Amino acid sequence: MAEENDKDKEMQTHTTPASLSGIASKAKQHSGNALGVGLEARGIHAWFGEKHVLNNISLDFWAGTVTALIGPSGCGKSTFIRTLNRMHEFIPGAAMAGEVLLDGKDIYAPGTDVTKIRLKVGMVFQKPNPFPSMTIAENVLAGLKLAQLKVENKDDLLQECLERAGLWTEVKDRLNAHGGSLSGGQQQRLCIARSLAVRPEVLLMDEPCSALDPGSTLKVEETIAHLSSSMTIIIVTHNMQQAARVSDYTAFFLSDGGPGEMVELGPTSEIFSRPKDTRTENYVTGRFG
Amino acid sequence: MSSLLTPKAALPPKRKITTEPRLSDKIFRRVVTGGGLSSLLILGLIFIFLLMQGLQTFKSQGIHFLTGSAWNAAVNDANQIDLKNSHFGIAAMLIGTLICAVIAIAVAVPISVFSALFLTFYVPNSLKKIMVAVIDLMAAFPSILFGLWGFFVLEPIGEYWAKLLHKYFGWVPFFKMEAPFFSRSPFIAGLVLAIMIIPIVTSISREIFGQTPLDRIQAAYALGATRFGMIKAVAFPYARSGIVGGAMLGLGRAMGETVAVYTVLNIVYKINWHVLIGAGGNVASMILLKFGEATQGEVKALMAAGLVLFVVTLIVNSLADFIVARSGKSGR
Repeated sequence: MAEENDKDKEMQTHTTPASLSGIASKAKQHSGNALGVGLEARGIHAWFGEKHVLNNISLDFWAGTVTALIGPSGCGKSTFIRTLNRMHEFIPGAAMAGEVLLDGKDIYAPGTDVTKIRLKVGMVFQKPNPFPSMTIAENVLAGLKLAQLKVENKDDLLQECLERAGLWTEVKDRLNAHGGSLSGGQQQRLCIARSLAVRPEVLLMDEPCSALDPGSTLKVEETIAHLSSSMTIIIVTHNMQQAARVSDYTAFFLSDGGPGEMVELGPTSEIFSRPKDTRTENYVTGRFG
Repeated sequence: MSSLLTPKAALPPKRKITTEPRLSDKIFRRVVTGGGLSSLLILGLIFIFLLMQGLQTFKSQGIHFLTGSAWNAAVNDANQIDLKNSHFGIAAMLIGTLICAVIAIAVAVPISVFSALFLTFYVPNSLKKIMVAVIDLMAAFPSILFGLWGFFVLEPIGEYWAKLLHKYFGWVPFFKMEAPFFSRSPFIAGLVLAIMIIPIVTSISREIFGQTPLDRIQAAYALGATRFGMIKAVAFPYARSGIVGGAMLGLGRAMGETVAVYTVLNIVYKINWHVLIGAGGNVASMILLKFGEATQGEVKALMAAGLVLFVVTLIVNSLADFIVARSGKSGR
């Protein structure tokens, strides 16, 4: 099953939007998901000051799958994923309503240790942001230090994370070089490795490839495919081909000037081939956005 | 293709690329250049003036001007300076200046950094503006007021702290006491200087902490960092070189400060490493102390002292720049 899955992903990486129907079977593999629900968003609203930016989003993310959030700029995708690891609240005046359940527990419940939530729900940002004062190795292990976690064998973890992020062969001989000496694409994979080191259950990716060249994008997408078997991945992307290539499920967000709403959610193949809503169809076929 | 076959042939001559600026641009350029050079020019003129005035003293005193500590101006029958019997040495004053400045930095930098961190990462927005305004105001406060406050308020408190330091850390060479004379010590002068330079060091550190890239801050938080963890991993490495720069500006000010130190320091013409004893030195304050009643020849000696202070401050600042340049950019 796992092997089949990998093969499928590999094929998918090279799938162009024109032949999307060819991967229609893929999403079905996950429909009877054995790993269960990874993260549940229930009736999420978000505000910046008085501005209502997200309206009533409910969405389940299955463990072992990749969910892509697509939609035009300003539709609240990024805001939405930032409510999922409580990064939303860093913006002054930000507010939210609703529940986010991780392992059945509301991460906004009073008394919740936010830092523990962020360990379980990792995040990769739009712009690669390694810590420039640290070496490659220190960057990967930075989360352990920050969260004061103890690990038996740091070298093994370092190698494992870099391998999972698809960066090991490129950096294994210069682990003590500074993070800033890597190329943009390598830096982004370093950031992925860094977020993996604290062993999150969920990985949020906020347009992880928008600052990368096509070659690096491909590598990151391979990394996503590789990781998805063992964790829940939620990726915001402006690139619809990317959504089609990497995700199992796709949610389409849209704002008509008011707060952003989720127009449609479904298996990626269906969203791109047989969307139910005309607005989704207009967007995925490139008529606006 | 042809260039591959005959690589050295027929390269066109390099053209001279010129841009002819507009008149308004030319005028503005002159004005800006004038502004930029004027500070250099003024500094240069002061330097030359001090050098010319001080030359006589350097000649008559030689190296003793820097190594000696005695200061007495002998006068002959014609009420003119008797250079042969006068002794001018500023070793005690120079060392005193450095001691006071180092104490000031040691006290001020930690306080300033904490205060800047508070103002950047902890303070509620409503309070922030008021606090920033107050701290900036403090930087513009006349130094004589710090001196007076230091004399009447800090002096008794400082003496108490000095006694505590002596009681518990008396084994540290610098905190030894030969006589129980705690008032008007370099320690207290250093404290007054510290309070004077806190605003500027805070202000610069705050500015730098405020520029910490948001994406790095978020990266730290997204990895489960506490605010303290984020500051340690991200904000501090980023701001380190800036803080050192701010501290050096503070150091420069502390070394040159005159009136406040004059008010709280007991100037004694003998090198004293024991900072708690009420006997210290300070070049700038010594000049102020002596200037009023100095004869013409002694004034020249004071100018020479001023020149040395000028050069030492310059050296310290360049050294600091060098350290910042070497250690600095890795966190950026």
